Amino acid sequence: MFLQIDVPVPREIPLPLPLPEWLLVFLLIVSFLLHIIFIHLMVGGSLLTLWAQIKGLKNKDYDTLAHEIAKTITVNKSLAVVLGVAPLLNINVLYPLYFYSSNALTGIAWIMIIPLVIVAFLLLYLHKYTWETLSSHKPLHITIIALAVAIFLFIPLIFLTNVNLMMFPEKWISIQGFLKALLLPNVFPRYLEFLGASLAVTGIFLVWYHSRKAYPIEKIYSTFRREDLKKISYAITTFGLSLQILFGLIVLFTLPSKGISYGVLGLMGAAGALLLYALWYSYQSLVQEGITHLKKIVVAMAGFMVLYGSSRQLYRHNALEQHQKLVALRTAEFIKLSEEARTQAQSKEQSSVPQSQAQVLAPKSQETHSSIGQKVFQQYCAACHKPNERLVGPPISEMTAIYKGNKEALKKWIVSPGKKRADMPQMPGFPHLSQDELEEITNYILSFDNPTNP
Amino acid sequence: MFHLDWLNDRFLIAVIAILHVFVNHSLAVGFIPYITWLEQKGVIRAGENQITDSAWDDIIYKKMRVAFILTTSLGAMSGVGIWFSAALVSPSSIGSLIRVFFLGWFIEWLVFITEVILILIYYLTWKAANTSLRSKVRHIKFGWYLSLASWLTMAIIVGILGFMMDPGNWNADKTLLNGFFNPIYLPQLLFRTPTAMITAGVVGLTLATIFAKKHSEIRAQLIKYTGQWILFWTPLAIAGAVYYWNVMPAAMKANMSIAVGTQEFVQYYELLKYFILGAAFVSVLVGIISILRPWKVSFSFAAPAFLAIFAFLGIFERVREFIRKPYIIGGYMYSNLLREEDYPLYKREGILKFMTYTSVTEITQENKIEAGREVFMATCSRCHTAHQNGINSIVYVFERMYGSDKPLDEGSMAAYISNMHNARTYMPPFPGNDKELEALVAYIKHLQQTGEALPGAQTAGIKVNPHHSALSVARRISNTSSQQPLTLNK
Repeated sequence: MFLQIDVPVPREIPLPLPLPEWLLVFLLIVSFLLHIIFIHLMVGGSLLTLWAQIKGLKNKDYDTLAHEIAKTITVNKSLAVVLGVAPLLNINVLYPLYFYSSNALTGIAWIMIIPLVIVAFLLLYLHKYTWETLSSHKPLHITIIALAVAIFLFIPLIFLTNVNLMMFPEKWISIQGFLKALLLPNVFPRYLEFLGASLAVTGIFLVWYHSRKAYPIEKIYSTFRREDLKKISYAITTFGLSLQILFGLIVLFTLPSKGISYGVLGLMGAAGALLLYALWYSYQSLVQEGITHLKKIVVAMAGFMVLYGSSRQLYRHNALEQHQKLVALRTAEFIKLSEEARTQAQSKEQSSVPQSQAQVLAPKSQETHSSIGQKVFQQYCAACHKPNERLVGPPISEMTAIYKGNKEALKKWIVSPGKKRADMPQMPGFPHLSQDELEEITNYILSFDNPTNP
Repeated sequence: MFHLDWLNDRFLIAVIAILHVFVNHSLAVGFIPYITWLEQKGVIRAGENQITDSAWDDIIYKKMRVAFILTTSLGAMSGVGIWFSAALVSPSSIGSLIRVFFLGWFIEWLVFITEVILILIYYLTWKAANTSLRSKVRHIKFGWYLSLASWLTMAIIVGILGFMMDPGNWNADKTLLNGFFNPIYLPQLLFRTPTAMITAGVVGLTLATIFAKKHSEIRAQLIKYTGQWILFWTPLAIAGAVYYWNVMPAAMKANMSIAVGTQEFVQYYELLKYFILGAAFVSVLVGIISILRPWKVSFSFAAPAFLAIFAFLGIFERVREFIRKPYIIGGYMYSNLLREEDYPLYKREGILKFMTYTSVTEITQENKIEAGREVFMATCSRCHTAHQNGINSIVYVFERMYGSDKPLDEGSMAAYISNMHNARTYMPPFPGNDKELEALVAYIKHLQQTGEALPGAQTAGIKVNPHHSALSVARRISNTSSQQPLTLNK
């Protein structure tokens, strides 16, 4: 499957990794898990704010619940962004060419993440700070959060499309734009699984949030008691976990086989078992009054995240292993060739020095303009100046006419020219030429006066 | 390769980066100490039995809210945006820099987390802290910690930016510290710090005219303090600017291997001098008027000063970017993303052969235009657009030289391109061989005639160089390894 004519093998960045690979992988997994927890809280939180606020049209207490959740998003979304920098950094170090390739292929959608997230964040602030002002214009107020939620629902798709595409270099050739990459198998199941996880994580966060002893529920809500809020939070968790398990299974079955190994299956199986465990206790806490299994569920979900994150990393590793070998070989091959060419060019340069000296000493060059002067002129001036006709600037013959017998003025002009002619662009200065080079160039230019010249 | 044929790839990074600098300097690095200082003034202003002057405190809080909302959305995301856009436009350079500066960036990230947590604490606990003097004092302390953290994030990133302009002796010894303490690090930091303070002051002034009631005592006092703040930092900013202005040519000399002297740079450089003078004058003027005639300061007075200071920051960043050229990483990688040390190979065998994504490797008379397009993508597209109306379009730059009224001459363009780096020292040398040069100029002429655009990989997808497909790499390796095994690079 791998040895195909259409699978590109780019070159790796020829610099060593800054840390041992295992450590970078570890940092990638850990920092990504931290990032994704807050992303879940941000996406799930906004989604639930919208849901609660719509319910709040009929029951005032749900509106209060929406407000309470909305307040937490400010913190969670800021942490989500800042915690996202480290995984971005790590993936840039570990898989630059895969990541950059998928970025480039979905370029427009990828860069749109930035303005979209900015708009979503500003909408969130607008929503939060106009709670009182817009309390008599609920539909408008709900529209603001709905827009933010719509953006938040779209952005994970771009991310998932990218991290999915980077694992399949054999697909790159078939991708023209984001939409094609979006349609690769496995993107949508993973997306729905992600949404389930967002609800589950936010649900369990709300269980904790409402169970805090210092949280004055009686002051905030008019009819909701602590037990009601516990029920709502566990219902969200149970629903989220069920979604997550359902789509997790679909992800497993649609996963392209190339990265699957017993290790991946083992990790995913164990992760799935933990999730089932969490679901069971979440359901128990939901149906039994006064009973809560918060700790068990949190531990199981954290364990799930570590195992699942590791299984994804292992899958990526397996999927890219063969290709990375080819990349390393091609890079080594290129570095060797480049070195060869470099040494060859250097030795050529050294051997060519005596040659040019010999040319200078050749007797016939005394009569015509010196070949060194011509060489220097070719290098610096010929791109814009021809002997007898205008190119970019005026022809040499004109210069000769102007500066005849005034070599120093010509030198001065070359070092720092002004603008004389309205119909031509200004000449750049050449302060970097040495005195010898200036001498040669000016001699060459003024020698055009000699009638023996062509 | 990702390519924006109208906007220009580099322009994309520039827009995001300048936006980030605006927000970061004026609303974080400079603004937090300004706000904390004013919060402290509120406590001093308070009466006997008060913790703080609550009307005053409320206005300062409102100012902070603006900073909080904008830094945590626009500021944070435009920072991430620099990463995103650089990875799209300039993958090999950002990839290399991350490998060298990984630890620096990792530390930057830790400081950054601290900064975000502190700003959340500082802003979100503001009102709650007003219940006792002890908690208010602690809150003000948090403000100072946050100021320090904001400044540190800038101090680290300036090291990384400074390195890209002038690697010092990094090329000989590729280590982090070496790159960090490069010759323009200190001048840049000494210039940026007071400049951030001044921009924050000007923003603060503008906000004061919005939030504080007209003709109130609070407003006059607030404007007066802000004037003092601006005046205090102005001489430091001027000194920093002069220092920086003086080391820039030396840094550029080290970078370019030939001396200063491109016309564009000199123009910008001269312009910058007037901008420094102008900005200094504006901030002194604003400072003095705010102190002597605070009741005269209105929104319509503050806003133009606000715009002037930002124009200055913008032009400064433009010059800073420009002095990097022709390199993107001084002495190591040109702005076309090709490493200097690979040039002999490209010159000898041509560049297309080594491109991973190209439809042409052998140039013939029939595929010349297509080959030219691939050469353009590989060597010019990071800075030039193909479409005639694009920013810095290749046809435009040649027509500016040869005149737009006549067809471009291939021979002249070829002669120009092979020597351009000698005359226009901000241009990297053309990396390809003669045949590729021929194809390139044929393509440029074709562009002038047809007005064709060049789509990037984000819409057109990729074509794989058959020479570098998995199949041929694997075959090639198995052939050579039977004779002499290639060692893996890892």
